Amino acid sequence: MSPIQEIIQKVSASHGTERIALLPILQAIYKNNHVLTEEDMIEVARELDISAAHVYGTATFYSFLETQKSGKYIIRLCKTITCMMHGKNIILQELERLLKIKPGQTTPDGIFTLTETNCLGQCHKGPAMLVNDTPHTDLTPENIREIIDKYRREALQ
Amino acid sequence: MTKNLKRLDLIFKNEGDSEVILGKTLARSNEELISDLIASGLKGRGGAGFPTGLKWRLAADDKADEKFIICNADEGEPGTFKDREILTSVPHKVLTGMAVCARIINCRQGFIYLRQEYTYLIPHLNNAIEEFHQLMKKFKVDFEVKIFMGSGAYICGEETALFESMEGKRGEPRNKPPYPTNFGYKGKPTVINNVETLAHTYSIFKYGPEKFRDLGVKDSRGSKVFSVSGDTPIPGIYELEFGMTLQKFVDDFGDGDAKAVQVGGAAGFCVPRKKFEKTIIGYQGKLTGVSLPTGGSMMIFNSSRSMYNVLHNYLDFFVEESCGQCTPCRVGTQQLLMGIQAVKRGERPSTYLDKLLELTEVMRVTAKCGLGQSVANSFSSIVENFKEEMIY
Ligand code: FES
Repeated sequence: MSPIQEIIQKVSASHGTERIALLPILQAIYKNNHVLTEEDMIEVARELDISAAHVYGTATFYSFLETQKSGKYIIRLCKTITCMMHGKNIILQELERLLKIKPGQTTPDGIFTLTETNCLGQCHKGPAMLVNDTPHTDLTPENIREIIDKYRREALQ
Repeated sequence: MTKNLKRLDLIFKNEGDSEVILGKTLARSNEELISDLIASGLKGRGGAGFPTGLKWRLAADDKADEKFIICNADEGEPGTFKDREILTSVPHKVLTGMAVCARIINCRQGFIYLRQEYTYLIPHLNNAIEEFHQLMKKFKVDFEVKIFMGSGAYICGEETALFESMEGKRGEPRNKPPYPTNFGYKGKPTVINNVETLAHTYSIFKYGPEKFRDLGVKDSRGSKVFSVSGDTPIPGIYELEFGMTLQKFVDDFGDGDAKAVQVGGAAGFCVPRKKFEKTIIGYQGKLTGVSLPTGGSMMIFNSSRSMYNVLHNYLDFFVEESCGQCTPCRVGTQQLLMGIQAVKRGERPSTYLDKLLELTEVMRVTAKCGLGQSVANSFSSIVENFKEEMIY
């Protein structure tokens, strides 16, 4: 069984093998590989017996699914109104300085991808960001350094 | 700071009695329970404000063999974070509401559609669901709840887009009618309720409809959980009564220098200081124009804020989150953004703002779903009340 088939089989246990399983399958592949390749999408289409165009259409609609390879840690900094009011731009500058990349880019060592995203539902504790699934709130230029350091150490272990 | 608004504690109070309440409620007839819900005056807390009892009755009346109940936890409106808190502190109330609904409409499968930004809540929710399934066994109710994850799309909070997304498609809203109570997830009758709405049904079943009805004002009954953010010394989540004036709200929550409050998030209305006194928070606003329905997002701006920047931020948001399906919304949001930029840079005369206001009205009548239709709310309320800030 190919790695993709294995993922599909796992997801099918709770979501079935019809099209309604598509989003959970794409989420699981993305979580695992941090990318959805064309080959993956074609294989998913074959397994679910639907057109690859439909798989591609769904995959490219959602902002948390990407067809480009992301780093081990995806940083999603909130750029919506309250976080903006509370200094998200300073946080972004600090992140750019620390990681030496711009939003949309991945560090050459493949550890971090930096993106901006819309409201994370943490507005009362802005500026806020997600690192993969974990929210970090009340960000300051100081604590952001520690957070990045912690993830970098984890990645290098 | 003066505290003139009563803080309530219905939603978040946890007395560990969910088993007793569930047992008591399930012992009553469907008709009684629906009458209670209707008598309570509970309306949907996601923002649209449809009467909850009526929604359940419509789905119950449909005789299809397969039906669904979905808890909408795709809380994506900027400035809203109350559903996250409800799911964190009192998930059993939400699940109880779902179980009662399931019994009434006769359905065996429920879902919580959780936005991906809240993935970290899954282990916690799964524990609550597991306990809940034990209770279901104990009461011999054939009902199961699963979590379905979103993937970062604001539009999927729109109920029909949410169904599409659960069916493995792009989250593009459907035409309505047919309505979800007849044609929802997988084309089956579906009740879809906001997290907070379901939690309120628990209070109604527990205390009876009168206690709920006693709170609030005509047409806007009960309490409401508000997400307060922006220029406030005390940002956070507060349960308050419907019917307060915005002035009272600002007196309690503002920093003393509030110049505007955005009620209902980016899709809501911006109210300037001079209208605080006349603006009431509740549902009937759609008719009278002086009170505003809200999903609970309250963002306060003080006089240091540029309202141009605020509007720019909202439009950035809408341009990105428009699903792109219908032209008025896809192109309209982009034109609005380019339009205010052009006026600001002096490339267009200030009268161009009137053209843009006309455009938002066109979007209000021609866009397919609430996203495109509601852009007019924030756009016109900011441009009309803060015109100078748009130009200079
Ligand atoms: S505005 Fe940033 S979390 Fe809501």
